[in-house]
Amino acid sequence: MTAVPETPSSLKTTATAVQETDMTSPSDAATGGTKTPQVSFREAPALTSPVFEVGGLSVFYGDHEAVRDVNMTIGERQITAMIGPSGCGKSTVLRCFNRMNDLIPTARVAGKIHYHDEDLYGRDVDPIEVRRRIGMVFQKPNPFPKSIYDNIAYGPRVGGFRGNLDDLVEETLTHAALWDEVKDKLKTSALALSGGQQQRLCIARTIAVKPEVILMDEPCSALDPIATAKIEDLMEHLAQEFTIVIVTHNMQQAARVSHRTAFFTADVDDKGVRHGRLVEYDETELIFSNPCDQRTEDYISGRFG
Amino acid sequence: MTASDASSAAGAVSRSLRRTRPRYGEAVIKGMLLTAALVSVATTVGIVVSLIPPAVEFFRTVSVSEFLTGTQWTPLFAEKHFGVLPLVAATLVITSIALLIAIPVGLGAAIYLSEYADPRLRQWLKPSLEVLAGIPTVVYGFFALAFITPLLKDILPSGWTLDVRNGLAAGLVMGVMIVPTIASLTEDALSAVPHALREGSFALGSGKRTTSVRVVVPAALSGIVAACVLGISRAVGETMIVLIAAGVSAEFTIKPLGEMETMTAFIARAASGDVPVGSISYNTIFAVGALLFLATFVMNLISIRLVRKYREVYE
Ligand SMILES: Nc1ncnc2c1ncn2[C@@H]1O[C@H](COP(=O)(O)OP(=O)(O)OP(=O)(O)O)[C@@H](O)[C@H]1O
Ligand SMILES: [Mg+2]
Repeated sequence: MTAVPETPSSLKTTATAVQETDMTSPSDAATGGTKTPQVSFREAPALTSPVFEVGGLSVFYGDHEAVRDVNMTIGERQITAMIGPSGCGKSTVLRCFNRMNDLIPTARVAGKIHYHDEDLYGRDVDPIEVRRRIGMVFQKPNPFPKSIYDNIAYGPRVGGFRGNLDDLVEETLTHAALWDEVKDKLKTSALALSGGQQQRLCIARTIAVKPEVILMDEPCSALDPIATAKIEDLMEHLAQEFTIVIVTHNMQQAARVSHRTAFFTADVDDKGVRHGRLVEYDETELIFSNPCDQRTEDYISGRFG
Repeated sequence: MTASDASSAAGAVSRSLRRTRPRYGEAVIKGMLLTAALVSVATTVGIVVSLIPPAVEFFRTVSVSEFLTGTQWTPLFAEKHFGVLPLVAATLVITSIALLIAIPVGLGAAIYLSEYADPRLRQWLKPSLEVLAGIPTVVYGFFALAFITPLLKDILPSGWTLDVRNGLAAGLVMGVMIVPTIASLTEDALSAVPHALREGSFALGSGKRTTSVRVVVPAALSGIVAACVLGISRAVGETMIVLIAAGVSAEFTIKPLGEMETMTAFIARAASGDVPVGSISYNTIFAVGALLFLATFVMNLISIRLVRKYREVYE
């Protein structure tokens, strides 16, 4: 059973509108390297040079082993999607990649995460430097209660940016496809923006510090389809420069935007404790068209439990 | 809807939506709450109104300009002078000393508790800080007189002569008294800032200090200003400490090493003496009281303005 994305055609860029209305069977569209970006999977899923190498990763909250023995490699300038049922540890794993878990007092990480061959949890590693290079966008837009301009300028200022801040703000907002919407109200509060605009502002804020990787935890879950489509476009655009890891509950979104997909689920052990596990990790096309594991197939085709 | 309603409702499609039983409870509660609100407003208004006639009477005898610009204050003496500046100066000096202690320490304690302290430590530290706020001010006053002044005498350079009662000790101890008020309210304001904002800041590669100073504190600013204003009001209105530790001299000075009498201390002293109702001394108390009220009122107005202007609304 394949779950193939059905993009509402009107929400996408109009350049390839003809192909979007193509009524051929979804599985046909999904095969081959045809240039139909709205319907087919992403091309070039061959693993590029590794950015993160994860080996035997377990994460504990207190005594609870929330995630157990995750092994995966994340490629440079690719979009990697993490999917799976709620509570299986997607956010937990994602937050290991920029050491956000350090901020949770009870959280403890075991196993190996190497970032470009450097141990992310090594003794001398500065978590602040890690987060400067590995940015994060959250599920709920969280702009600072400052002006639009100051939201973008915050990271560079904190990082000691020397240069023309005005130019940087314009360039960043343009990059995030938000400039035209906000250029006349840069000094107004970011909270006056719509949810979708706020989320793009948060993405812009993240790329303003010129990170190498962007982690996104369900960035579109609070957004309507139009705003979602805009952010997906933005991600594809950003993937030319950045490595992106995205957690999503939206299967179509994973299929549409990602090169590789990791499917997580939670096992219940004999004591009734849930442990998150990585079930399957492969090219997105394979995961969606021909998964190896029955649980993956059940999940993506909508058959749970 | 009651349980029996619910069970019988299963089949009854066309049950009316109209209320079957009047809800008296709501009305009673609402009435009680309204009364409570009105009582507090009415009391305030009542106090203000009762201040006015004696104060007006006072200004029939003493001109407003003499009152506000005179530098001699001897309303209870045979030779009466009604220049309030010595009292105002004493109030300002002692309040400033108190705030110089209370605002930095209070904000520092609050930021520590909310942003840095281990949750277990905070659980223990914050209540014990709040206990400080429960100590009667007369105890603070005595503490200033009996411990702080002698201590200051030892510490201060030998050339500085410190009176037994002085503004400095009173101000310092008053500062300590206000710390818990400012710290506790500020901590509430800081803790109310959504965690997501802090995460947003950390995710951009800023540390704890930057996050606290540039994101959390600005987002909590209106609460912090409110905490400080309450602290100032407490300092300006504090009576017991100054009465005990600062003395009664009504000399016009800003030097806190000698005796100083604040507006509140004067009111307390005059009112506890023998003052015939309607006499000029009696009316003087109300004139000073009205000035005190006006000062705190204006301060509150200014702070409301400030808060509106600078706060960052996060919801
Ligand atoms: N701060 C925390 N303290 C304790 N346990 C936590 C914490 N955060 C997550 N957990 C636990 O870790 C497990 C995985 O949670 P996580 O948030 O990573 O799941 P998720 O896959 O992101 O779920 P969702 O799709 O609902 O966001 C859950 O059992 C959760 O209860
Ligand atoms: Mg999550």
